[in-house]
Amino acid sequence: MKIHLKIWRQKDSQSKGGFKEYTLDDVHQEMSFLEMLDTLNIKLVKKGEHPVEFDHDCREGICGQCGVMINGIAHGPLKNTTTCQLHMRSFKDGDTIYVEPFKAAAFPVVRDLKINRSSLDHIITSGGYVSVDTGQAPEANTIPITNEIAEAAFDSAACIGCGACVASCKNSSAALFTSAKITQLELLPQGKKETRKRVVAMVNQMEEEGFGHCTNTEACQVECPEDISVLNIARMNYEYNKSKILN
Amino acid sequence: MWYVKNALTRKNLMALTGLFLSFFLIIHLLGNLQLLLPVEEARLQYNWYSHLLAGNIVIKVISIVLYACILLHTIDAIYMSLKSKKANGPGYAKDNRGRASKWYARNMMFLGSIIFLFLVIHFKDFWYHYKFGEMPLDENGNKDLYTLVIAAFDQLWYVILYVLAIIALGYHLLHGVFSAHRTLGLYHPLYSKIVKFLGMAYAGIMTVGYIIIPVFIYLNR
Repeated sequence: MKIHLKIWRQKDSQSKGGFKEYTLDDVHQEMSFLEMLDTLNIKLVKKGEHPVEFDHDCREGICGQCGVMINGIAHGPLKNTTTCQLHMRSFKDGDTIYVEPFKAAAFPVVRDLKINRSSLDHIITSGGYVSVDTGQAPEANTIPITNEIAEAAFDSAACIGCGACVASCKNSSAALFTSAKITQLELLPQGKKETRKRVVAMVNQMEEEGFGHCTNTEACQVECPEDISVLNIARMNYEYNKSKILN
Repeated sequence: MWYVKNALTRKNLMALTGLFLSFFLIIHLLGNLQLLLPVEEARLQYNWYSHLLAGNIVIKVISIVLYACILLHTIDAIYMSLKSKKANGPGYAKDNRGRASKWYARNMMFLGSIIFLFLVIHFKDFWYHYKFGEMPLDENGNKDLYTLVIAAFDQLWYVILYVLAIIALGYHLLHGVFSAHRTLGLYHPLYSKIVKFLGMAYAGIMTVGYIIIPVFIYLNR
């Protein structure tokens, strides 16, 4: 099938970007979206042009590297899917597809579709860990945890940190990401002990990185590849308020 | 200032002032439903009620809290909107993010601006007039606010203005009440659903209740 592309090209974080048009005649509907971009890049390299730079790693929907805005939606038209798991069968012959990087003040563009998401790492560094001595993995059944709690913690831990929540938010808030990381640790006994300290540190770091506030529009969960629940955000608010009042 | 410290404290202020204003709306509606009583009864009763509110020290304290809430809610909203603009950076050239959320949830600032402009008119025409203007008295010696209200709602454009403003208020409440609870930390899946439903019911009742008053007066008096 024939696909018209309007791809955001930007030399570096300082320069002004813009759409550049490309047309691919031989796109197969079984191709993934990234394979379609690979095809374009092979063409560009053969012509001696700079290929379109984009982030990708596992290409099986679990690493969180490949997020781009496709037709103005994070990870494209399918809900709860990463860009790499989107296939060209979701588009029609002759379609025009707009591809843009995730944009937020906290996500500077590195080049083209590639952005710097270190701000999310900084939030993790500020408190998204458990302070225990490492060593050999302990026996799994020494601390009894019910299946429900283990499952709930895993639901929050499923966040792959792709940044689609920030990109989909009208305020560029990282509340869903931060709250998922807080909840995942808070639900389990190893992480629970440090919740008060952690939640304040991570919320303050979120502010420092320049993310916006959460207005509960719930758009983040709709576009999240892992369908992380917005109730994580409410839980973060609860833990934050509790630790501020009690400490 | 303490409240500008981070997004969560700013949102807490937003939620608490918003919930207080939402509570006030219930009381304000119940009081004003007296306007719908039979004409003679309504006039004396409403003027007596207005006088009661104006003279009471407890009401005076509450009204100061109310004015403070309106101002803080507004200032906080403007500040957060500016912060949000900064956090968004350059924005998208092609933007279809709207499919994932409700339009009224994304446009709380716009709806709030309509409500604020409406409040300016509302305060000027009734509150300011009652407090500082010259007003005739009724038989019981109370200021005749009732006649002023009836005269105001005798004009069609004024009724339309009210209805539009109240629809904006209704949508603002539809998102605001539920959102405030989330902001304050209600994360229980079931209770969160119940509060969402109650918030919608509340928004619906307030909208209908506040629209009935000017429309009823225009049609019947």
